[in-house]
Amino acid sequence: MLSLLLIIIASLFFTGIIIRTKSILSGRKGPGIFQPLKDIWRLFKKGAVYSNTSSFVFQIAPSIYFASILMAILMIPLGGHQGIISFKGDFIFFAYVLALGKFFMIVSALDTGSSFSGMGASREALYSLLAEPAFFILMSSFALLTGYTSFHEIFSTLHFGTYISYAIGALAAFVLVIIALIENSRMPIDDPKTHLELTMVHEVMILDNSGFDLGLILYGTNLKFAMYGGLIANFFLTPSYEWYFSIPIFIGVQLLFAVIVGILESFMARFRMNHNPQYIFMLTSISLLIFLGVLLVLGKIA
Amino acid sequence: MDNYLVINNNQTVLLKDIPVLNYEDFLSLNTSFIDESTRHCVNYFAYKLHNKLKLICCIADDSNSTILLSSSEINVDETEYPSFTAKHLSFHIFEREIHENFGIKYSDHPWLKPVRFAYDRHDKNSTIDNYSFYQIDSEELHEVGVGPIHAGVIEPGHFRFICNGEQILHLEIQLGFQHRGIEQLFLNKTKLLQRTTLSESIAGDTVVGHTSTFVKLWESLCNYKADEDIQFARTLALELERIAIHTGDLSAISTDIAYQLGSSVFGRLRTPLINFFQIWCGNRLAKGLIRAGHSHFYFTKELAAQLENTLNAYEKDYSEMWNVFKELPSVLARLEKTGVVNLEQATAIGTVGMVAKASGLNRDIRASHPDNNYVDLKHEPITKRHGDVYSRTQIRNNEIEQSIEYIRKMLQNIPEETKERAPLSLPAPNSFCLSLTEGWRGEICHCAITDEKGDLMVYKIKDPSVHNWLALALAVRNNEISDFPVCNKSFNLSYCGHDI
Repeated sequence: MLSLLLIIIASLFFTGIIIRTKSILSGRKGPGIFQPLKDIWRLFKKGAVYSNTSSFVFQIAPSIYFASILMAILMIPLGGHQGIISFKGDFIFFAYVLALGKFFMIVSALDTGSSFSGMGASREALYSLLAEPAFFILMSSFALLTGYTSFHEIFSTLHFGTYISYAIGALAAFVLVIIALIENSRMPIDDPKTHLELTMVHEVMILDNSGFDLGLILYGTNLKFAMYGGLIANFFLTPSYEWYFSIPIFIGVQLLFAVIVGILESFMARFRMNHNPQYIFMLTSISLLIFLGVLLVLGKIA
Repeated sequence: MDNYLVINNNQTVLLKDIPVLNYEDFLSLNTSFIDESTRHCVNYFAYKLHNKLKLICCIADDSNSTILLSSSEINVDETEYPSFTAKHLSFHIFEREIHENFGIKYSDHPWLKPVRFAYDRHDKNSTIDNYSFYQIDSEELHEVGVGPIHAGVIEPGHFRFICNGEQILHLEIQLGFQHRGIEQLFLNKTKLLQRTTLSESIAGDTVVGHTSTFVKLWESLCNYKADEDIQFARTLALELERIAIHTGDLSAISTDIAYQLGSSVFGRLRTPLINFFQIWCGNRLAKGLIRAGHSHFYFTKELAAQLENTLNAYEKDYSEMWNVFKELPSVLARLEKTGVVNLEQATAIGTVGMVAKASGLNRDIRASHPDNNYVDLKHEPITKRHGDVYSRTQIRNNEIEQSIEYIRKMLQNIPEETKERAPLSLPAPNSFCLSLTEGWRGEICHCAITDEKGDLMVYKIKDPSVHNWLALALAVRNNEISDFPVCNKSFNLSYCGHDI
């Protein structure tokens, strides 16, 4: 319950902090932290426009997408507190419930029949496909290390002792940050700010969505960001922490995450589209490195 | 007697002095001119003369600062003529225009498609809606249509891609949405002020370029020699416009590759420059600054001091930003080897200006046909070899540095204001005049013909974009479709300059 509440609070200011960081770093004042939220609120008050060529899939997809993210958030634990849903193997459910939402977004993009949306859908599908192995190798390694298969149990028994395991923790946080960037279509994979349909990935997929639906998708993205932030925060929390330690740590990690994203987006150009797969594959190799570290810690290999 | 007439930039000649050849000789003469790589066609147009069609071809010879004129008269009937384009591709756009406007049939033109859907075109059934795009029948390929409404709401143009997945096989660019009939308006509007304001509106980003071309042409027709201070102001404004637009382009290129720092710093740096125009003449685009035969805005010593300060502040920040930009791996990864136009292509299609120079083709009117203060500045064009987006970016940087140097040099010697100016007389009757200017985008060419009373009879405008749009279509072949925007921005061609 606590984690759900915290993630929702974090989602309210997450995008605002990224935008503010970028503004300050480029020497501008920038909009207020709650501006993205106000934009979403404005969209919520509007009606949606549907094209004649699209079917019911297009209309239900945003809601399914949003629901899938909410569902996934229910599984995120916070230190000693388990998520609202927790069972053995829930991290697999976590990944595929998100994938379900994404699947509907992709199908709805194809449903519009626009050549742009189809292009975006194929790109988005490719990148999620490439990011998936990294997540599973990462989580399975931790399952192997701890002997448990649910988020809550993995994180609450994960104690760092040796140097190798600290290295594993750092690498895992890195992998999750990058996965979060890919899944949320941020730089260097995608540019959320661009107005050019041909270079977009996620944005072009939702080009036909409007009003309430668009608001749902945008707020879903905010939630997703905060969700990954929450997942990363768990690496730094142990069950022995009291709430007055764990909550500030959680908020601190979220803040740091948002600022890092802002800095990253300020000082580099995005990748050329055909370099993206290479970059995403890098995550899989880092995850394999984590797997190797786990085997070393467990003494399976000398 | 020669079968062509040799003139200089901004020279007025009697129309009857341009030799009239039969079409076959006219064709072989002009296509053989172009065999020399130092020569290129600056304008080739037709106009109705009694029952016939008069063709005038203007070939610029860069090696000796001359322009070679020849003409021909043909009948407007069902006759099919052999095309110049079959011999030299660089003529393609001119012949397409002649075909569109007058219905001349060409037997061997490879790409006889409409150019801009002029209001008084020959075939009124040919409209923007029924333009026939090149198509490939294939299950694997797909078409992507972009526009006519631009994602950034700049100017309208339609781009039709044929792609194999993410890879572009072919791009066809359809323009004409911005056609305003400016050439005809030049004839309808009889006041000089009206015409000058018209020339300011040919392309909003090249106000100085087009206006100075018009006034040079008009003054030449009136046999008027502009005073030194007027010439000075025009040269200065042209270079200032170049710096401002190039800086804005660097910002736009940064935006397209999502490099935020470059985008905002270059964007900010452009502002003081165009604000200087505001201080100088009350308009940030320099509208109102250039007038034929006089000037409302003398460039004073105070303005010079102000410009000096502006440039000092600009240069410091600019070089800091450029030094970061040019070495950033993520930027170079996007720009290098993207959108290549090689020298062979650039020469064949007759590119001009920045695009030509980026591919190693030395075309710069400031050096080849200098006028105003360029005669003293002894401009040396900068060329690059690779012809990719990065070359076009580098050219901008080098030209910015070069233009700052020119402005500094000019500021050391500001001419006194001429108080008593000679009045403009009326334009010479039965004359032809041609004026060339190197705008920031490339060579601008205006041609005018007067009738027996000295009124304008024909006015032809050629923006450098007319040549260069095809270069963009070639550049993006085999590139990724996601790299198209940055390629497009690196050319930064004008839609309205093309559509006039």
